[in-house]
Amino acid sequence: MQELHGRLLACLPRLRRYARALTGDSASADDLVQDTVERGWSRIDQLRPDGDLRAWLFGIMHNLHIDQLRRAPPPAVELEDGDLPAAPSTGSLDMRDLERALQQLPSAQREVLLLVALEEMRYEDVAALLDIPLGTVMSRLSRARENLRRLMTGQAPAATLKVVK
Amino acid sequence: MNEAELQAWVDGRLPPDRLAAVDRYLADHPAEAACLQAYREQNAALHALFDHLLDDEVPVTLAPPRPEAAPARPSTPAWSIPAWRRMAAMLVVAVGAGLIGGTAGWTLRGAGTDSGGLAAGGATQALAALPRQAAIAHAVYTPEVKHPVEVGADQQQHLVAWLSKRLGKQLRPPQLAKQGYELVGGRLLPGDNGPVAQFMYADASGQRLTMYVSSGQKQNRDTGFRFAQEGNVGVFYWIDGSFGYALSAAVGKKELSQIANAVYEQLQP
Repeated sequence: MQELHGRLLACLPRLRRYARALTGDSASADDLVQDTVERGWSRIDQLRPDGDLRAWLFGIMHNLHIDQLRRAPPPAVELEDGDLPAAPSTGSLDMRDLERALQQLPSAQREVLLLVALEEMRYEDVAALLDIPLGTVMSRLSRARENLRRLMTGQAPAATLKVVK
Repeated sequence: MNEAELQAWVDGRLPPDRLAAVDRYLADHPAEAACLQAYREQNAALHALFDHLLDDEVPVTLAPPRPEAAPARPSTPAWSIPAWRRMAAMLVVAVGAGLIGGTAGWTLRGAGTDSGGLAAGGATQALAALPRQAAIAHAVYTPEVKHPVEVGADQQQHLVAWLSKRLGKQLRPPQLAKQGYELVGGRLLPGDNGPVAQFMYADASGQRLTMYVSSGQKQNRDTGFRFAQEGNVGVFYWIDGSFGYALSAAVGKKELSQIANAVYEQLQP
């Protein structure tokens, strides 16, 4: 159990990074991490002995995040074309623009993009973690990237996006 | 070219034979190639934006309490946080009930027995209340992420001066570095007989420990160490003059007793 505790502690930095990228602010992120760790630790005996602790914790975080979104939908307005961020003049990726654009993605797209691009999880593992077909992972990934690219270059996004005020 | 393969190209996950095929395709489709190149830059930018978080120190409050060295029974792990939470809920109910009963009792004592001193029963009750209240305060504040303390250890001078002033006694939060605990900070709480100071400590694994100092103890006698188990929280407590001290943590009795001894020694003038 000490060993498992140590392994769980080792997962915390990655859980925090993902939660921060997912929620867009550090206070919500740490709340989400704390809830995840509490739920995970309380059900640690449900983890298969050969189970991947990190993927398991990410799955718990995903479910908690979905619950939160359901319980308290953030006030959102449809994004108008005129609201789009201006194209960066240098053509390089501006970090603040990237962060803002990321938060404008639909949550389901943002999640897949972060699990693939930031966490570098296998597509199959992302599908298992989110409990969706592999094809859905790939299409969400594709749409997330294209929407992010358009947001960063000031073009209208392909899909209807919501901007959180 | 199928979409999944293009995404896999972005992430550098294509097997060599397919990589060559996609590369050939992209050479003929420059617009698509530019998009995929932009996606690759997104990957790098996301790492640049968030990877520093991996190096940040994880707040101790986010870690679950370290399990005790002794193997816990898997069915009812003594250290599990939900048990804390359950206990916190139970204790909150107890506080609610205690407030009603306690206030009435306090009023009666105040009205009837003030000059004559406490009846023996009352004193015993007051003594028994100390570990329970300390455990309640422990259970309520230790799971806090954002506000575990009112004043942090970074303002230790202010913290000590403030709580000392309110309790009417020069307080010195014990140094427990040898035992592996660092001061997180402190807060002021209401007690039955006046203000109470709570100092919170945490060890590297996030295990929290609280030191509860209550003023206005009226037993007029010092006690030795006593131990009480409140749910998962063990409490060592003692009375010293008009002050009651209680050390609470969800650790084993033996470990807590060693810390309590260190605290006691440091409190001696």
